[in-house]
Amino acid sequence: MSTLTITRDGRPTEFAAPPRRRLPTLAAAGRTVLLAVFVLVSLFPFYWMVITSFKTTADLNAGTHSLLPTSFSLSAYRNDFAQYDYWRNVLNSAIVALSTTVITVVVGSAAGYALARTRLRGKPVLLGFILVAGFFPIMAMVGPLFLTFSHAHLIDSYWTLIASYLVYTLPIAIWFLANFFSQIPVEIEEAAVVDGLTRLRALFRVVVPVAMPGVLTAAILSFILAWNDFTFALSFTQTPSHYTAPLAISNLGHSQFQVFPNMIDAAVVVVTIPIALLVLAAQRRIVSGFTSGSTK
Amino acid sequence: MAAIDQAPDVPGRSADSPRPRSRRGTLLTQDRRLGLLLIAPAIALLLAITAYPLGYNVWNAFHYVVPDIPFINGKAAGLANFRRMFAVGSTFEPALLHTVVFTLVSVTVEVGIALVLALALNKPFRGRSLVRAAVFIPWAVPTVVSAEAWKEMFDPRQGFVDYALHLLHLPGSGTTWLANTDTSWVALFVADAWKNTPFVAIILIGGLQVIPAEIYEAAKIDGASAWRQFRRLTLPLLKPALMVALIFRTLSAFLVFDVVYIMSNGGPGTSTETLAYLDFNAFHVDYDYGYGGAISLVLIVLCLLIAAVYTRVFRERG
Repeated sequence: MSTLTITRDGRPTEFAAPPRRRLPTLAAAGRTVLLAVFVLVSLFPFYWMVITSFKTTADLNAGTHSLLPTSFSLSAYRNDFAQYDYWRNVLNSAIVALSTTVITVVVGSAAGYALARTRLRGKPVLLGFILVAGFFPIMAMVGPLFLTFSHAHLIDSYWTLIASYLVYTLPIAIWFLANFFSQIPVEIEEAAVVDGLTRLRALFRVVVPVAMPGVLTAAILSFILAWNDFTFALSFTQTPSHYTAPLAISNLGHSQFQVFPNMIDAAVVVVTIPIALLVLAAQRRIVSGFTSGSTK
Repeated sequence: MAAIDQAPDVPGRSADSPRPRSRRGTLLTQDRRLGLLLIAPAIALLLAITAYPLGYNVWNAFHYVVPDIPFINGKAAGLANFRRMFAVGSTFEPALLHTVVFTLVSVTVEVGIALVLALALNKPFRGRSLVRAAVFIPWAVPTVVSAEAWKEMFDPRQGFVDYALHLLHLPGSGTTWLANTDTSWVALFVADAWKNTPFVAIILIGGLQVIPAEIYEAAKIDGASAWRQFRRLTLPLLKPALMVALIFRTLSAFLVFDVVYIMSNGGPGTSTETLAYLDFNAFHVDYDYGYGGAISLVLIVLCLLIAAVYTRVFRERG
């Protein structure tokens, strides 16, 4: 509220009612405290895991609680990477998540454009099917796909994971992109066609460049959703060297007799860093990705 | 999605202009053909990963599909797989109960907290995007991270929860949270809420963003209190976003699996088993694809029911 606001009887607010100004500040203070609590609760577990990841197993066995880091050792990271080849799992995750993202963006953009800009028949049915597919219980996919994939000797293959991850990414990407395309002014495409470009040329030369921000948002969402999978990796991979990072984490540091939280946490820190960076860089896009089209 | 349902008019516009019929027809056909060509890969892929397993599950559910027992494998089973859910010693009914309670509690708590969070994050302030990012990160990390994080936080020997309880002289210190039936649910709820509340908040913030600020100006001039503004303006206008958040969260809570698998593995005993967990066990522990298929069908039908109920409730009230 600026001081230019005029109250009902025509006087500027500054002279209106000084005691009422205290309320907003009190509310603001309350909000600050509230948000501080939220930030603390959100970030504290990460802090706890980071300091644990730098502890040695001997430190942990000593069983000392402390809010401050007590030691700084890279032994847990060394164990994960050198002894358990965790880098391989991170690499698997990166390959699978990036491939899923590329396929989602290409296939999803095409579908989004078709829904937004062509006179395709049966659009409501198609949109409905895509929505239902997005809510399909993934556990119901696991059994049949496992049978099919094992008959085809595709267990432990990247392709099984990429194909199944599309159920996470494609529906939301199509909905988001269809909405995005429908907001691009038709005129630019028409102008290109009038200028003598074919429809497809116009699509690639004019529409695609304008659609890039939307495509980027869809890509970020897809990457996060694919990177985070656990169920499919658990179901369709059997050899530790083929595990994705999240699946490896649930096995790392769990021996028959003891759990090594420092090793788990070192792996957690590694898997979290790319996601944290993405969220920091693209928080606004993530909000728009989940809400465009849903809030209208 | 009104914008999408409207007939677009790139070359379609020519269909309305006075041109020879044949030309109009070819352009429209061309346009439809392009649309079909562009959407076909997406539909084919989605059918392959959802409709195909669904059909396969239907077949499996009415047959014995137990590769480890060859003499029965592939034989028709009638309703045997469904009857097994209610047989003596089956953990289906308790798992159904666990799932329903888990869904009700987690969705209520998460939507409630997320509403507060979204309202607090909606007004601009310095450093808001940083605060938003900090609060969203728990949603964006893999479930394995949230599950392992809270498994450790609740660990009586090395975790923070015990330490804090001890420090504050509160009861409950020394509890082995994940080894007791009731307390393991507490740990699961906390881990789930920590990860999913931000997601609900993201959707609600999107809903708040499309509410025009002028409405509030008008309400302020009329002297409406903050609470009244919230009840009469914010809440009704937020309804579409709330509906989306509720459907998303209810369905995913109803299908909860990974957090349970990682934190409690359904235990102690079978006390934290959920329907999706049972389904997974049927597939990957018992290798019984008939029973697993039957549970899958039940999951699908229940999800459809939930979606139908929500759609009806929201349509009636608004």
